[in-house]
Amino acid sequence: MSAAVIDVRNLKTHIVTRWGTIKAVDDVSFTVAPGETLGLVGESGSGKSMTCLSILRLVPRPAARIVGGAVILDGEDLLEKSEREMQRIRGRRVAMILQDPMSSLNPVFSVGMQVREPLAGYHGLSGRALRSRAVDLLASVGISSPASRLAAFPHQLSGGMRQRVVGAMAIAAPPRLLIADEPTTSLDLTIQAQYLRLLEELQERYRLAMIFVTHNLGIVAKMCDRVAVMYAGRIVEAGPVEEIFRAPLHPYTRALLESVPRLGESAEWLTAIEGQPPDLAALPRGCAFAPRCPRVMDRCRAEEPPELAIAPGHSTRCWLHAPA
Amino acid sequence: MSPAPLLEATRLTKHFALRRGLLGRRTDIVRAVDSISFTIEAGQTLGLVGESGCGKTTTSRMILRVEPPTSGDIRFEGAPLAALDREGLRHYRRSVQAVFQDPYASLDPRMRVAAIVGEPLVIGQRPTGTELRRRVRELLDLVGLPERAGRLFPHEFSGGQRQRIAIARALALSPKLVVLDEPVSALDVSIRAQILNLLHDLQRRLGISYLFIAHDLAAVAHMSHTIAVMYLGRIVEMGAAAEVALRPKHPYTQALFSAALPLDPGGRSEEIILSGEIPSPLTPPPGCRFHTRCSHVMDRCRRDEPPLHTESGRLVACHLYPQGEGMRTTASR
Repeated sequence: MSAAVIDVRNLKTHIVTRWGTIKAVDDVSFTVAPGETLGLVGESGSGKSMTCLSILRLVPRPAARIVGGAVILDGEDLLEKSEREMQRIRGRRVAMILQDPMSSLNPVFSVGMQVREPLAGYHGLSGRALRSRAVDLLASVGISSPASRLAAFPHQLSGGMRQRVVGAMAIAAPPRLLIADEPTTSLDLTIQAQYLRLLEELQERYRLAMIFVTHNLGIVAKMCDRVAVMYAGRIVEAGPVEEIFRAPLHPYTRALLESVPRLGESAEWLTAIEGQPPDLAALPRGCAFAPRCPRVMDRCRAEEPPELAIAPGHSTRCWLHAPA
Repeated sequence: MSPAPLLEATRLTKHFALRRGLLGRRTDIVRAVDSISFTIEAGQTLGLVGESGCGKTTTSRMILRVEPPTSGDIRFEGAPLAALDREGLRHYRRSVQAVFQDPYASLDPRMRVAAIVGEPLVIGQRPTGTELRRRVRELLDLVGLPERAGRLFPHEFSGGQRQRIAIARALALSPKLVVLDEPVSALDVSIRAQILNLLHDLQRRLGISYLFIAHDLAAVAHMSHTIAVMYLGRIVEMGAAAEVALRPKHPYTQALFSAALPLDPGGRSEEIILSGEIPSPLTPPPGCRFHTRCSHVMDRCRRDEPPLHTESGRLVACHLYPQGEGMRTTASR
């Protein structure tokens, strides 16, 4: 495999609240190679979106601060860049697609203006060349009659079309890394299927490294090569998708996979995960999942498990897998 | 002959008039729900699936009597709602309750949980203080919350616990039918199974019926006895849940369930990706409403709207399955 596009090392992002300091991202490390998709899975508050915002250095300041680690994009540490340098990196080298296209598009500007803006900025285009490039770009994300859509405003498009426009803007450079944060959550199922297919095509065409944030394990199974499961700010298990779905190591990963109803299985009861999501301001000592873990041991409540490499590229933070 | 179903909807229709143009002189009609028929049996769950604009929420709002139907008829325990008097309607409203998607929006942040759960009781029967407290305790226990939960405010609970509170409130008047409109989609993944199990357990213990609306098809298939698939205001397929989910007949159902991604990194092959978008319910396509996106489209589909008819043990509205003689029915009974 070629060198990683993005290499996140021991990233730590803290949020200061009046209830204390929350470790929203706690010692997170991963890499993504060109053409590879990493799924970032976890429930709300697990730190997956905060990890992505930390890569772009867009964490909500002053409450949130990146307090440690490195974010290495093609050999350069983004955490050492000036804000001005970051502005040339965002969008151009690292692009992001968010859940709600309406919050990514400006309602008072036409689609054409919004698509032309990054093209002009990144490629120095203007006039007719710029317009024709914008038309090509819209066509490449599967928007029919793109020339006439340039004059449309976001509210005149359907949700699926809006998200395609956002996709067009994201690949305008094209970037090296594409971060997709729940890009299909607001879309209908059949439109989601179309959009996932589009992302696959774009990734292949530009050999994008992709980070796909989702809580939908079906999307992970379909889209991702590797997956990192987050819980309370930490990656509790990471590895190849096939391996993790076939033989999950961490009890949380296992429970997540078992708790989801599956088509064609007529089990009367679902295997529920007991308890409530963790309160990040009051995490227990030791492993954060221990209060809900069906296989909890004394050690879990006392000591935090380290990252244990189980197989090549497959690691977990769980005492069950510690060498005796 | 079996006893009357708990709820029976016949040719239920809801049209919304949209005023458009200068001074609102032109009116367009949105056919949100167009002549659908279904039944909900006592103690059973009807799952309603379909994408935005298909009419599933409008259907539930007609059942909850938030929207009056434009035409068609709902019968509850055999009696048509249109003919009910005030007392009859009061009884109906007590018998049909709802749990909505967002437990952050559906609970009053300034009321204590005991007051939220007890409110329907106070309005309904004016019980004494002791009686009320006993019933609230019972309801909280039913949904797995401790008694002290009653003294707290909604913000002191997580999403899953809040949904339990909403469920307790819905159960306060011992309803016979509960409309569940996306009851788990706002919850964390790790909590959804808890709530689905709770709903399943309550149905077994109390014998209530559910109208279950969700876009998570696997969850609908898991919870439902019968599934009805809607597209642009019409039911296109309806039948036993496992049959519809695993052996869908209508091309739309097939595409929909194929888009419900399996949890299997190997099973990516037989995916059907529909082209095009969902047409506006303002101007549904002529003939079969799905023909603009269907890969099996025939000339006939553009012209004639296929009726819902029996096909291998379920109802399908599609010209791919020609109607057998004498089997033509539009309602299941």
